[in-house]
Amino acid sequence: MARHDKAAVPQPAHLLEVQDLRVHFQTGGGVVKAVDGVSWHVDAGETLAIVGESGSGKSVSAMTLLGLVPSPPATFPSGRVLLEGRSLLDMPEQQQRRLRGKDIAMIFQDPLTALNPVFRVGEQIAEMIRVHQDVGKMAAKKRAVELLDEVGIPDPRLRATQYPHEFSGGMRQRAMIAMALANDPKVLIADEPTTALDVTVQAQIMSLLEKLQAERDTAIVLITHDLGLVAAHADRIMVMYAGRVVEEGANDEIFTAPRHAYTHGLLSSLTRMDHARPEKLEPIPGQPPNLARVPRGCAFHPRCPFATDACRAEVPLLVPTIPGSAHRHACVHPDEVAVAHDRPREPAPVVTADTPVDERAPMLEVHDLVKHFPIKVGTFVKRTVGEVKAVDGVTLDITEGSTLSLVGESGCGKSTAARAILRLHEPTSGTVELGGRDVTGLSQSQLRAARRDMQIVFQDPYASLNPRMTVRQILSEKYELLGGQVTASTIPDLLETVGLAPEYADRYPHEFSGGQRQRVGIARAIALNPKFVVLDEPVSALDVSIQAQVLNLLEDLQQEFGLTYLFIAHDLSVVRHISDRVAVMYLGGIVEIADRDALFERPHHPYTQALISAVPIPDPAVERSRERIVLTGDVPNPANPPSGCRFRTRCWKHLQLSDDDKRRCIEEPPTLQPASGDDRHQVSCHFAGEREVLR
Amino acid sequence: MTTPTSAGGSPADADATGSAMVLPGPDAAAGGTAVPLGSRGSGQFADIRRRFVRNRLAMVGLAIVTVLIVLAIIGPYVTPYNAFEQNLANTLQPPSADHWFGTDVLGRDLFSGIVYGCRLAILVGLLTVAFSLLIGLTLGAVAGFKGGAWDGIIARFIDVFLAFPPLVGAIVIVRAVGGGVTPVIVALVALGWMTTARLTRGQVLALREAEYVEAARSIGADNRRIVMRHVLPNAIAPVLVYAFTNIGVVIVAMASLSYLGIGVPPDVPEWGRLISQATPFLRVEGKAHLWLAPALAIAITTLGFAFVADGMRDSLDPKLRGGN
Repeated sequence: MARHDKAAVPQPAHLLEVQDLRVHFQTGGGVVKAVDGVSWHVDAGETLAIVGESGSGKSVSAMTLLGLVPSPPATFPSGRVLLEGRSLLDMPEQQQRRLRGKDIAMIFQDPLTALNPVFRVGEQIAEMIRVHQDVGKMAAKKRAVELLDEVGIPDPRLRATQYPHEFSGGMRQRAMIAMALANDPKVLIADEPTTALDVTVQAQIMSLLEKLQAERDTAIVLITHDLGLVAAHADRIMVMYAGRVVEEGANDEIFTAPRHAYTHGLLSSLTRMDHARPEKLEPIPGQPPNLARVPRGCAFHPRCPFATDACRAEVPLLVPTIPGSAHRHACVHPDEVAVAHDRPREPAPVVTADTPVDERAPMLEVHDLVKHFPIKVGTFVKRTVGEVKAVDGVTLDITEGSTLSLVGESGCGKSTAARAILRLHEPTSGTVELGGRDVTGLSQSQLRAARRDMQIVFQDPYASLNPRMTVRQILSEKYELLGGQVTASTIPDLLETVGLAPEYADRYPHEFSGGQRQRVGIARAIALNPKFVVLDEPVSALDVSIQAQVLNLLEDLQQEFGLTYLFIAHDLSVVRHISDRVAVMYLGGIVEIADRDALFERPHHPYTQALISAVPIPDPAVERSRERIVLTGDVPNPANPPSGCRFRTRCWKHLQLSDDDKRRCIEEPPTLQPASGDDRHQVSCHFAGEREVLR
Repeated sequence: MTTPTSAGGSPADADATGSAMVLPGPDAAAGGTAVPLGSRGSGQFADIRRRFVRNRLAMVGLAIVTVLIVLAIIGPYVTPYNAFEQNLANTLQPPSADHWFGTDVLGRDLFSGIVYGCRLAILVGLLTVAFSLLIGLTLGAVAGFKGGAWDGIIARFIDVFLAFPPLVGAIVIVRAVGGGVTPVIVALVALGWMTTARLTRGQVLALREAEYVEAARSIGADNRRIVMRHVLPNAIAPVLVYAFTNIGVVIVAMASLSYLGIGVPPDVPEWGRLISQATPFLRVEGKAHLWLAPALAIAITTLGFAFVADGMRDSLDPKLRGGN
């Protein structure tokens, strides 16, 4: 390194700078321009967020820096990467490798695949240290333990000797961060670092990253699709679409005064948790383009409400909003966008039913539903050695034509509860009544017939359609099984109802995009007029703009056909938008149930409060002043839940109690009680109390 | 209630529902990520066929297999001589215009013998694999789908059959059942269905938990329908590939048995038997055709089926989908 110092390097403008980077992939279908002329920079102590939907090229530019893009098939027609003024891509391969991992480190989305399963976590971190630093084995191991301690892993000495599978998801991500920080990098690239994690764990990880950044003055490049996360953590934002930058600027500028039609569209399709009356979502129509066939001119023009011939003519360049400003956009119609963005949004259609929701009869009544999965050992003679108490006494009812959301983190039993209600999993005990009819007592053949009234839309649109059947076959199967006339117009009408072109009937699922497949799944569920539909995370696998399309469709269908929904979700923003009532689950039981606004504005259970406070709101002004309740640890094993109140091991309120009160949490399981005398708002906590967590 | 939901979803409603109802027009479809142009209405089968046709080796294999099957069907009617007819005055002739592959130790026309052997090989190969598939698919599907005790019993059953050393097992079975082609098929099926069953079981086990299986259950499908329409069609590809590879193996196995003098009667010009009869002449100059012809026949047949199986595997592999 000393040799380089002699040639007096001028003070570089930025810590890391990418100039006019192009990454193209040669495929049979043509040249895929994953990144097409992208420039960005990041300085010490700063967080740059690169935002975009799947296929926008947001990850590829960062991966290129780390040499993680294989060539071939990739080619790099142009581009320079300057790290402290030195050109990274011009260095010999060996020197590049030395900088990667030392000066630039990366955190991946899925920590399970990023950690090597056959080495101990401590060894992997020590290895990382020894590759880049001249230290002994013992010293490296000691440093690894220190790093694990720094990222907040309890009992780091023991943890260092464990294998990745012994870590929970959040712990693994912490270990990944420890590894990334092992050589004190100047730049940390975080590619969807919390997408695979629960929201309370996400809050832990993000606050850890912020703390470490403050201590070490690290530059962070945060690549994500989650605008809430961006609002809470980014200094500057770069929005990408179809391989190009469409807008960049400071956090507030992008959120409050977007000038590109795509940015505006993205913000309008967002559901927000903090809005008292949900506004109607304004999704971006259509789908992101295939990168091998990017439309001429502005790539966004086919989906853009402002598009004119000028947009189709040539690719607009990034220009400052006002001369000299760092807020730049590549839109031909920034003024129209500005006007549209400031216009108040249309309120959601109010359901004008004859009787108000709370006076209507319940469509679904679930009483004390229990689903335990036995844990069995032995090959021939199976012995039951324990039970996973996935659902442990759930009671709820849903009024006709309304939506109840069941929310909670992964493993809380919400999906199992929904499947037990439909008897897709046979419930262990409890009763389910649908329209006054007991479903739990039905024989198998009666149950099959009853399925006509109770349907489900699945989470994963890629897995829920049989790949060997055409859409027509998939939809007709239901009529075949449940007895319904299929006329020439049945399938086309059904497709049209869910917003698909009737010509698509004879295509196979793989020919559709995720959003379109989800529409097929919805069509299957609503065919034959069911009364009750379970929506099992129906939008969580979709991009933001597509999410809004599907949510609007679900709302419209509910109004049109008077459907009753049980909405399973972990995304509270979506829940606030779509629900009438919300039930919060934790470890198999409901801890709080209330009408939507009451639950979000006056949550009583400490878990509900922590959950809501952990969700970032896509508004930097709100985020700056919000206080986050960060829970410690992970959800306990449902096979062996804590005694008394199941939440007490992670409860922030429990910590503040006197010893006598603590004992009560440990010994006495709380039951659902009306909160502040309101029968429609029930909470299961000995020490329930209101706390403002939205703003 | 018999009216489909869709009756209400007239296009007029699309307006009321606003921009959510984006009917992807031709523009959107062309730009859509998952809607490749030109594949409209073509379906998966066409994709598979296209990939298969593009695989040169697979097409060579397909040509070989086609010729063999045609030979097996029409061969004995068009060969110049009766394959069984002995002519002791004309033994051990070298290849000539009269006898393309020469004559054997009994004066039979070797070309006619090879063609007759082909009929036997194809018949035994296909029948054995077909019966193995029937047994293996059924037991594998039951074990994988039912699980529990069913799975335990079938798995032990498979273990027992796998415990037989194949060749010894086949000899025992053929000896027990008696000579001829049928006992050979019985023996080869008895010792050949297990891998198919295991493969099927594994596939079914994984697919049983697939979300589309749950979806089928949610619209009232019973187990039979779920297995037949949703699980097996998705499980069957690797099993079929294996079965096709196995045809060559079965043909070699039958030849090995005949070489040892077990199975088909001694006077039948089976390929293994022909090699066995040629063994005394292995080192005799000018008599190489005696063993070369049947040996090459076996090799080419086995390779043909293997090429086709490889091509099938590659064209069915979803990971290659959309790649090239």
